Amino acid sequence: MNIEGKRRIWKAYQKEIADDRYYYARSCIRQNFFPGSETAFLRILKEELGKDIHDDPRHTTCTGIAYHCDVIPFETTMTVVARQFSLMSEAGYTNYVPSCITSFGIYTEILETWHHFPEIEAKVREMLWKSTKREFSKPANLAHASDIIYKFRNEIAAKGKYRLINQHTGNPLRVVEHIGCHYSRMFPHKGVGGAEYPYVLAGMIESWGGEVVDYPERRHCCGFGFRQYLVKANRGYSAACSKKKFESMAPFTPDMIITNCPGCPYFLDRWQFVIAEMQGITYGTAGQGIPVFTYEEVAGLVLGYDPWDLGLQTHQVAVEPLLDKLGIPYDPEMKYKAEGGRFIGTPEYPEVLKVC
Amino acid sequence: MGKMYDYLSQDVRFIEGLNACINCGTCSAICPAAAFYDYDPREIADISQSRDEEEITALLKSDVIWYCGECMSCATRCPRGNKPGLIIIALRSLSQKLGFFTESEKGRQQLAIKRMVGESILETGYCVYAGHINTKDFPEQGPVWDWIIKNPAEVYKRLGGNYNGDGKGLLRKIPEESLKELKAIFDETGASEQFEQIEAASEKKAEELGITFGKGKDCEYFRYVYEGRTTL
Repeated sequence: MNIEGKRRIWKAYQKEIADDRYYYARSCIRQNFFPGSETAFLRILKEELGKDIHDDPRHTTCTGIAYHCDVIPFETTMTVVARQFSLMSEAGYTNYVPSCITSFGIYTEILETWHHFPEIEAKVREMLWKSTKREFSKPANLAHASDIIYKFRNEIAAKGKYRLINQHTGNPLRVVEHIGCHYSRMFPHKGVGGAEYPYVLAGMIESWGGEVVDYPERRHCCGFGFRQYLVKANRGYSAACSKKKFESMAPFTPDMIITNCPGCPYFLDRWQFVIAEMQGITYGTAGQGIPVFTYEEVAGLVLGYDPWDLGLQTHQVAVEPLLDKLGIPYDPEMKYKAEGGRFIGTPEYPEVLKVC
Repeated sequence: MGKMYDYLSQDVRFIEGLNACINCGTCSAICPAAAFYDYDPREIADISQSRDEEEITALLKSDVIWYCGECMSCATRCPRGNKPGLIIIALRSLSQKLGFFTESEKGRQQLAIKRMVGESILETGYCVYAGHINTKDFPEQGPVWDWIIKNPAEVYKRLGGNYNGDGKGLLRKIPEESLKELKAIFDETGASEQFEQIEAASEKKAEELGITFGKGKDCEYFRYVYEGRTTL
């Protein structure tokens, strides 16, 4: 086997990821549904890795969901994105890091469009100036937040207190990784491993001791489909996509699922709840689901962060079976408490899906 | 060349999305929407490249163009570099520009999306915001969401958030100046005009269907398109 040749080919599937000084753009979905993940990401970058990352109150949505629901023109999205770049320039940064995969796809598509159609970029500059009196520079580097964690995965592993190893058996945990569609489907060269061999999550899993599960529907969409989920009448599309994946992965008995898009963990978590309640089907053991995580949550667990600081109590599928396998201690009494341990009630139990 | 094809040819998404389609059907094989709906992205590309005025017009008025989930799986797999998902975006855009979207059940749903997502952007600076999401409209959120939304300030604060607060941080209140800039961008770039077109065409269709039209998310027409009711 010619290893050197293989290495050369694999090089073409890599992307440049900036080393430091990042401008962070938060995600609409992740802030609402996985809030602990963004908090953990900033903590890891600042406290564990000593990086400079700027959290700007003035940035807004990139409008990505509205754009992919087709309710706003491309010109609007491009100009809002141009405003985000203007904020980045104003703050003195050049490395742009979106927390959202839809946003990452939007930024990539827009930068590519401007590259191939400079007259469109000129028009956007004019529209931004007319509406806000702003100017902007394009980012020197665009990397999704998962790219940053991927880049420093071995440093995280070295500082880690836990590995993705089953403490009871000593075997690597079997991990399903789910890449958000807009990470590399449209512009494969912008994602680690491209569209054929996406490695951004697999790299983290391998570095942290787990074993990646390959299964037939590994690359199928989680089912967001934008308007297909948002409109109640269409939601069967979304549930059917996730179910297709669960049915395909279940025979491989995964211990957990890791995702890199803000929407995917939500769908893979919540549709397990719905399928359990509507059809009595569960995909984990003993009536439970397969726990679903964001990559920030898993990085936080590896580093020994408290599971409830990471927000794992906001999941509908119970995470405790996975914590037990990892040997991570947790206080069940603190799961649903507010800051300072104040009692704020607890969620009701689902009727079918077993939660802890 | 037909007028519809001329319109489409002005859209950069159409220019980038359509080369010569060889009708191999690879896009349909990989498409999640094709697995769920009676939908065939190959046909979308083929009708578009036919330049047939009648067929493209029929497409613009049909449910078919609203089945795609814009996951862009097709873009990765097409051996000729076509991107049916991008063609769909151009078709949907034109369907709304010409007011054709209200001719189909799926197209009429644009009103619900405009009011849920479009208005959220101008009001909050976010596409979605926790306070607008409830388990009546999103029952799959589950009991954990009922708990979160009963205690949003405490839950988000516990997780490092700044729910509806001034300054930086998670779910912060977007500064008024930023919201003003967003509104100015929407006015300058055509989004505000598109919102007005969606409202006007929807109101006209509601009248035609004999369904009460009003503002917000509780009017009869909103529930009709959002929940897909076939009877009232």
